[in-house]
Amino acid sequence: MEDDAPVIYGLEFQARALTAQTAETDAIRFLVGTQSLKFDNQIHIIDFDDENNIINKNVLLHQAGEIWHIGASPADKAVLTTCYNKTSDSRVVSCAAVWRMPSDWETGSHESPDDSAHNPQTLELLCHLDDSAHSNAACVLWEPMGDGKRVISLADNHALLWDLQESSTQATVSSTATLEGKGQLKFTSGKWSPHHNCSQLATANDTAIRGWDLRTMSQIYCIENAHGQLVRDLDFNPNRQYYLASCGDDCKVKFWDVRNVQEPVKSLEEHSHWVWSVRYNHSHDQLVLTASSDSRLILSNMVSISSEPFGHLVDDEELSEGEDNHQEDNQSNKKKKKVLINYSSFE
Amino acid sequence: MDGEAVGSEAVSEDSGPGRRHRVHGMLKLYYGLNEEGKAEEQPESLDPCDINGPHFDPELFLNKLRRECSLAELMDQETCMVKQIRSLDSDMQTLVYENYNKFISATDTIRKMKNDFKKMEDEMDCLSANMAAITEFSARISGTLQDQHAQITKLSGVHTLLRKLQFLFELPARLNKCLELQAYAQAVRSHRRARCVLQQYSHLPSFKGIQDDCHAIMDKLAQELRQKFRDGGSSAKDLSECVELLLQLDEPAEELCDKFLSHAQSRLESDLQGLEAEIRPYPSASAMKDASGHRLSSTAAAGSPTYNSPKTSTIPSPTSNTDILEFIDRGCNEFVSSLCLVITSYQELFINHAQKGELASKNIPQMANGKLNAFVDDLAARYFSLVERRIQEEKGVADNSLLVRALDRFHRRLQAVTKLLPGSAVPNQGTEIVIRAATERVKQYLSALQSFYMDSLTDVRQALATPRLSVASASVAGGGAHLGGPASGRDAPNSLPELLSSLSASILNQIKSVLASVHLFTAKDITFSNKPYFKGEFCSQGVRESLVVSFIKFVCQSSRQFCESAGDKGGSTPPALLLLLSRLCLDYETSTISYILTLTDEQFLVQHHSPVTPVTTLCAEAREAAQKLLNHYVKVQGLIISQMLRKSVETRDWVNTIEPRNVRAVMKRVVEDTTSIDVQVGLLYEEGVRKAHSSDSSKRTFSVYSSSRQQARYAASYTPSAPMDTNLLSNIHKLFSERIDIFSSVEFNKVSVMTGIIKISLKTFLECVRLRTFGRYGLQQIQVDCHYLQMYLWRFVSDENLVHFMLDEIVGSSAHRCLDPAPMEQSVIEVICERG
Repeated sequence: MEDDAPVIYGLEFQARALTAQTAETDAIRFLVGTQSLKFDNQIHIIDFDDENNIINKNVLLHQAGEIWHIGASPADKAVLTTCYNKTSDSRVVSCAAVWRMPSDWETGSHESPDDSAHNPQTLELLCHLDDSAHSNAACVLWEPMGDGKRVISLADNHALLWDLQESSTQATVSSTATLEGKGQLKFTSGKWSPHHNCSQLATANDTAIRGWDLRTMSQIYCIENAHGQLVRDLDFNPNRQYYLASCGDDCKVKFWDVRNVQEPVKSLEEHSHWVWSVRYNHSHDQLVLTASSDSRLILSNMVSISSEPFGHLVDDEELSEGEDNHQEDNQSNKKKKKVLINYSSFE
Repeated sequence: MDGEAVGSEAVSEDSGPGRRHRVHGMLKLYYGLNEEGKAEEQPESLDPCDINGPHFDPELFLNKLRRECSLAELMDQETCMVKQIRSLDSDMQTLVYENYNKFISATDTIRKMKNDFKKMEDEMDCLSANMAAITEFSARISGTLQDQHAQITKLSGVHTLLRKLQFLFELPARLNKCLELQAYAQAVRSHRRARCVLQQYSHLPSFKGIQDDCHAIMDKLAQELRQKFRDGGSSAKDLSECVELLLQLDEPAEELCDKFLSHAQSRLESDLQGLEAEIRPYPSASAMKDASGHRLSSTAAAGSPTYNSPKTSTIPSPTSNTDILEFIDRGCNEFVSSLCLVITSYQELFINHAQKGELASKNIPQMANGKLNAFVDDLAARYFSLVERRIQEEKGVADNSLLVRALDRFHRRLQAVTKLLPGSAVPNQGTEIVIRAATERVKQYLSALQSFYMDSLTDVRQALATPRLSVASASVAGGGAHLGGPASGRDAPNSLPELLSSLSASILNQIKSVLASVHLFTAKDITFSNKPYFKGEFCSQGVRESLVVSFIKFVCQSSRQFCESAGDKGGSTPPALLLLLSRLCLDYETSTISYILTLTDEQFLVQHHSPVTPVTTLCAEAREAAQKLLNHYVKVQGLIISQMLRKSVETRDWVNTIEPRNVRAVMKRVVEDTTSIDVQVGLLYEEGVRKAHSSDSSKRTFSVYSSSRQQARYAASYTPSAPMDTNLLSNIHKLFSERIDIFSSVEFNKVSVMTGIIKISLKTFLECVRLRTFGRYGLQQIQVDCHYLQMYLWRFVSDENLVHFMLDEIVGSSAHRCLDPAPMEQSVIEVICERG
């Protein structure tokens, strides 16, 4: 990989949503959702072939609106959720929905890869994750390693747990949690913990990080003033159940042990502007990738707070990959990189 | 006649020397008298024609004259010669006459002497006859007295012997009497005198009896002395007398040493107890009591039975009000002086005394010395522990001179012990205590300085909190006339520069006063100041490193902590304080540190034996702290404005907004705040340099700068065929414009600081705009707002293009996020903005 040139994939629209398709086990596949006010938005399916170091892409139409968040079902590789803005009657409404990819997109693309962009197929709507009481979804979270039956959507100050039924064509709210407090509180981001039998959720609103127990839908911990400014993203350490990474507008990335919320375990201040996204590497949890609007991605090697504090040399491959991506990142094409809210800016 | 002439010549020597000489010479010539030595002196007179020469030949002379001279000359010559002959004759006559006279008088004198000697001879004969008679008489007398004399000598010998015997026989009675009168010294003296004799004649039964009696009495006496010794109620002088007597009585010296020392110890013990009672028993001293207790047990094991008793009966005295000087005084006067007394008398008794006497052979001096050293060490250790406890109680830093004087006295008095016991470790231990006290004191000063610094920071904080409003409103004066708000508020007495100068002055004063106090330790009249520690290490390590350098480091560190702690709590530190501290650190870097260190080095004449922190390191540290503070200030201020902008963008429904008629109030607020920050920074930092730009840049409008590109972008957006062009265009533009580092480090000047703050604010604005969707009027409102910002913000930054560029980017982004991008007419924007 070291001597390979970075693989760059360009989109014609700006994009803010990116996820890895966890249900796809054969290929390294990313889904990217675009943002355009004037044209039909698209979902790009990007396959990265790490042997040949090339990229294959397919485009699906997402006509409902510009995509702010995207999530792939952990069980069914054809199912995904999006959060999107719909403009109607000079009003902008944020919605969330579950979609199914058309079954033949793969074959079609292989036959004529060139005109796939010109003749894109459309996503099939399975169900809306909205009801009249709760709108403005900020993000939708799939149950990690689940069977693709449960999702959580964060809408304004509510966290809604949905049960998807009849092959995801019906969604019913099974339980809700409401953030209460002074002023207009609003969830900005969240993460479903893969630990504790998937019974915990962490959310971010303004400068606070909160943990929720999904069985009782009650708050279990709260890190007030986790960041000096808005908290932008969270991620759980895949191997250490109490460890959590967060990032925010104060340019910092912080690592927390949720059993002790007074002090962060560690704090990094590498970025020179807001940090939009933070992700652990799923197999090597000492590797943490952060994306910031200072046009930098930083891959940090946090051996001291990883699950393997000693030994286990980090593959050079992965490090060098990180180096590559320190450059301008219109597209991140990271192997094993799970999710990156790709801040594809004007840069 | 010849002989008489010679004699007269000798006699005539006392006539006038010049004439005599000439006459003498002439006469000698005349009489042909010529000594051999003199002949050689006149080699010139060999000429036979020289009339005065010895080889004068009249014939030759005459012939010569006749040959050479004319008649007239001959006549002259002749006359001259006749004249000379005549004068010579008369001279000779005079001499002969004189000599004759003298000869006559000498003859008379000799005749007279002859008569006198005859008379004397007769008298001598008479004397010798008398002497012979006297000798005869004397011999006769001594012959008659000889018998009597021998008798008297014998009698006196018998008398002496009898007296001695009488003394011996009376000795028991005398000793008893002495015992009764307690005149022990006399008894011992008497006994010593008799002892040898008794020993010698002990084979005689009568003497034996006397000896036994004496022994019995002396035993009793020794018993009594020992008793007295044991009782210990007597004074040191009595005691030493006692010991002296006992030694003379052949008591075992070792035992006496022990007894003497234990007795002395009990007295010193009471001194120590008195001292201990002075020390306030404070609860936190348990650890130290443990330590001393431990030592106590170890020494007790070494064998001093009296040791434990006073310790256990420690009376917890009420709060001691004596100051340390009094305490040390008391310690010196009571303990140290009596210790010295003990040492002196001990040495006098067992060491010096023994060396002279018969005891020297038994190695007693060495033994006694060893005992003494152990004794002194032991007691001194206890004394020192007391002193140290007392010194530790000396917490307040107010009056250092008292402590120094006390330590000085303490140290000075120990010198006496040094003189008495040259090999003892006591003085060194004492010096160590002084050193420890000094270092402890330095530590206390450091913490006092630190707390003083923190206190002054609190004061500054309060001062900043109260006139905050007036400082904010002072912005109006510097910021321009866009607001008709209250223009007063400059009168605040606690303006930033004044606060800064008062803060730094008070810190400097404090440092100086502390240095002055610490300087007392090295004053010339203090005995321990010439110890090598106080000359070297104390100055360099103690004062310079652990006091001054530590304090400076503390200042830097606490400043840095402000950056770190405030980051999480969201501006618990007022930004003005950050700015102030930053300036303070910068001032430290530029001048204050080197000043303080130079001052220290001068005051303490520091000779750097060990490596010390160089000025440059401290300066670098201070500069780093200043930089960090200033960066943090920029960040905090930037974030405050950012927050305002973010809230304003996020809370508004940009799709359904009305056509813009005014600049939004938030923007006015932003400009206002920026102006006030500008004023605030301007109070402490210099202007700094701007990039050169055209003088009429204020006139240049934002849209002129960017409209062409903007229009192109809008146009591109309308045509569905080429969506890539927009990106391409902006990307190309991006390539040619400089990259903007948002949260970058700033320089130490106003423009740089302001640029930093504005960059942060505008970047936030941009990011927020990109997250929203705009309607037509939303876009237009952004246009108006940006124009307004452009009108006022350019003046604060180093490169106005930066503001243009970022605002351009904001408008471009909002156009991109706009559902119906119809930009407003430039002229309308201007009118709205002019209206304010």
